[in-house]
Amino acid sequence: MSGGLVSGAGGLAPASEPLRRFLQVARGAGLRVSAAEGIDAAQAVQMVGYSDRQLLKDTLGLVLAKTPDEKMLYHEAFELYFKRDEFEGKPDDDRGEGGRRSPGSEAQGGEGQGGSGGKALTQMLEDEDRVTLATMVEQAARDSGLENIRFFTQKNLYARRIMDRMGLRSVERDIESMRREGTPEGLGRAQVLEGRLEQLRDSVRDFVERNLILFAKGETEKFREELLKSARLSNLERRDMERMRVLVRQMAKKLAARYAKTRRRRLRGQLDIRRTMRRNMGWGGIPFITVWKQKRIEKPRVMVLCDVSGSVSAMSQFLLMFLYALNEALKDIRSFAFAGSLIEVSDILAKEPVEQAITKIMEMIGYGSSNYGNSFADFQDQFMDKVTNKTTVLILGDARGNRTDPRTEIMSEIAQRSKRVIWMNPEFRSAWGTGDSDMYRYAPFCNVLTVCNTLRHLERVIEEILESGS
Amino acid sequence: MNDVLPPGLTALQSVEQVDKGLAEAGYISNSQISTAIYMAHFLRKPILVEGPAGVGKTELAKSVASWMKLPLIRMQCYEGLDESKALYEWKYGKQLLYTQILKDKINHVIGEGDNLNEALDKLHAFGDIFFSKQFIEPRPLLRALEEPGGAVLLIDEIDKSDQEFEAFLLEILSDYQVTIPEIGTVEAIVPPIVLLTSNSTRDLGDALKRRCLHLHIGFPDEKLEAKIIASRVPGIDASLLKQLVSFTGQLRAMDLKKLPSVSETIDWAKIMVLLHTTVLDVDLVRDTLNVLLKFEADIEAAGKQIAGMTHKARQDAGVGA
Repeated sequence: MSGGLVSGAGGLAPASEPLRRFLQVARGAGLRVSAAEGIDAAQAVQMVGYSDRQLLKDTLGLVLAKTPDEKMLYHEAFELYFKRDEFEGKPDDDRGEGGRRSPGSEAQGGEGQGGSGGKALTQMLEDEDRVTLATMVEQAARDSGLENIRFFTQKNLYARRIMDRMGLRSVERDIESMRREGTPEGLGRAQVLEGRLEQLRDSVRDFVERNLILFAKGETEKFREELLKSARLSNLERRDMERMRVLVRQMAKKLAARYAKTRRRRLRGQLDIRRTMRRNMGWGGIPFITVWKQKRIEKPRVMVLCDVSGSVSAMSQFLLMFLYALNEALKDIRSFAFAGSLIEVSDILAKEPVEQAITKIMEMIGYGSSNYGNSFADFQDQFMDKVTNKTTVLILGDARGNRTDPRTEIMSEIAQRSKRVIWMNPEFRSAWGTGDSDMYRYAPFCNVLTVCNTLRHLERVIEEILESGS
Repeated sequence: MNDVLPPGLTALQSVEQVDKGLAEAGYISNSQISTAIYMAHFLRKPILVEGPAGVGKTELAKSVASWMKLPLIRMQCYEGLDESKALYEWKYGKQLLYTQILKDKINHVIGEGDNLNEALDKLHAFGDIFFSKQFIEPRPLLRALEEPGGAVLLIDEIDKSDQEFEAFLLEILSDYQVTIPEIGTVEAIVPPIVLLTSNSTRDLGDALKRRCLHLHIGFPDEKLEAKIIASRVPGIDASLLKQLVSFTGQLRAMDLKKLPSVSETIDWAKIMVLLHTTVLDVDLVRDTLNVLLKFEADIEAAGKQIAGMTHKARQDAGVGA
């Protein structure tokens, strides 16, 4: 993130300061800008200059934003940043470069500057010299390291620092002394000055706020997303749902990119004689090129059984969302939802976007009290013959059957027919087997049995399925 | 900045010039596209062009080539594309044939030395004659590097290729050179202008993206689309043009499986001109809708709203109903 990297690209010093700060803004807005791209940007800017804003925007857009989403973020960041009118005048950054100081010397430096710049500030306030004031605010903001602002709680701190740097104290002293003189003219001046100072305060606060949005938005978002990934899904607040959907889609996309292709693993040391002969027919069967035997790792076929009764429904939603976002990496998904009884929901999910489909499913059978034995029996009647030795059966549920017959013998049949059974339980391990939980009755038939109540858990389980294929 | 420039490029001064050049080649560009070409030329960076199918990604490369009078070398990517098809291959047949023909010669050179070591030493003295440039079959990438006057290299639909191939491209894209183990490193005589296109069927790797300028071409706005069609379908009636553009614009606002893109609008415009139409009417639109929409479900969905959309298109063009 340092300016050194960018300006290191060979004598780009005059342009690099505003650019460097823009790069920081861009990163703050969520663009991923690498050092190499920073250098590209510097070179590009050197060519096109700052004068033509549209050209500048197009150019930096080419170098910095590399997906449609990023283009949008970039567009916002660019508009916001250059709205600050930094380049309306001439982009003078001699002071910015020369005036950079180590953070340690900041405190004393501020005091000294306050003394010397103070008279000027009083003067400027009286003259209402807005242009110079604005430049001064910029300068003071830069000197007090405003670009490091991260949290809204720091707003007052930075506003105060900027005011101090601009010479707030000496203005206050001036006002004080005018008051003390007591002449009507002095009092009048003091009053005017106070009013203007208040205005200045407001605009500085405003300025800080804009910068907070500029520099810290990405940071806060990132923090929030990290939290959400490991938050218990049943405790989610409604306002986070939209963000979660985006997150799920992102995570699924990542996995899909990795596993979307049928993969082959070369078996070491086993020559595929038939294919070697065929490949080398062109030169009389002399094996110039050897072909080795391969093992195909096929895309997994998955059958998902989701408990959609009250306690587990939130989790089911996300599991289905995840799986359907993964469509391209899976060969075949069939999904079933159950509470008191079980139905197939593949069609609904295939036709409608997952969010709406899930509400529909919930209306059909959801929210009842669950009966695992009954549901398994439904599955056995209608779908058992579809379970083959290539099928991964995924069950999501808390195994709380309200003291009905668990019908473990059906579970055993599923386990025998399928490639493997994975059970995900949103409850903590300590709660398994307590009360009406039949978890430990089902446990012997599961190849994998795991706690699963956050997005991270989900990702891990699904990755494991993809990893080993079918 | 550059020492060696392709012939058409020496005079490249400004973005406007790119605009004009492309227009001469029949490609109506916008400021982003022109800036991209301009920057690609000066920064010597490949451009990654993304966008929906049919907005003119491939066409852009063709136009750049024809404007700059450079040969266009095109490489279509597909799953399973590998080095031997993209870069070079040894001409096994020729190698084999030559060894047969030169058998006597070789016997002669090796001479009567019945010591095996001696014969081997003599053979070594030839050097690798059978693994030299004469026996290499250059494929698109190598051809682009060896083109003496520079070239436009179009790597089409890079998203269809495997991830490994993407990684293999990195050397070419950043340094304009490739390494052939038996021969050494081949550097470009004149760095080609490289365009990669992608329909985003999968996410490309960060390493590749980092090396490229990224250009996103979306659907053009109505004005630009009208210009494009006017240049592609000469002699089209101005009011018809407005109606067509307005109609496709409305289609694009609908929730369809595949939205009609520029190439489809052009086809449609051509048909309308062939049919001597000047005013759109509902039946005609219904009959020709399959030019714009490629899915049965889409045609069905749009079919219900044709009347309203046609009416609006006529209004936008100022043609009374």
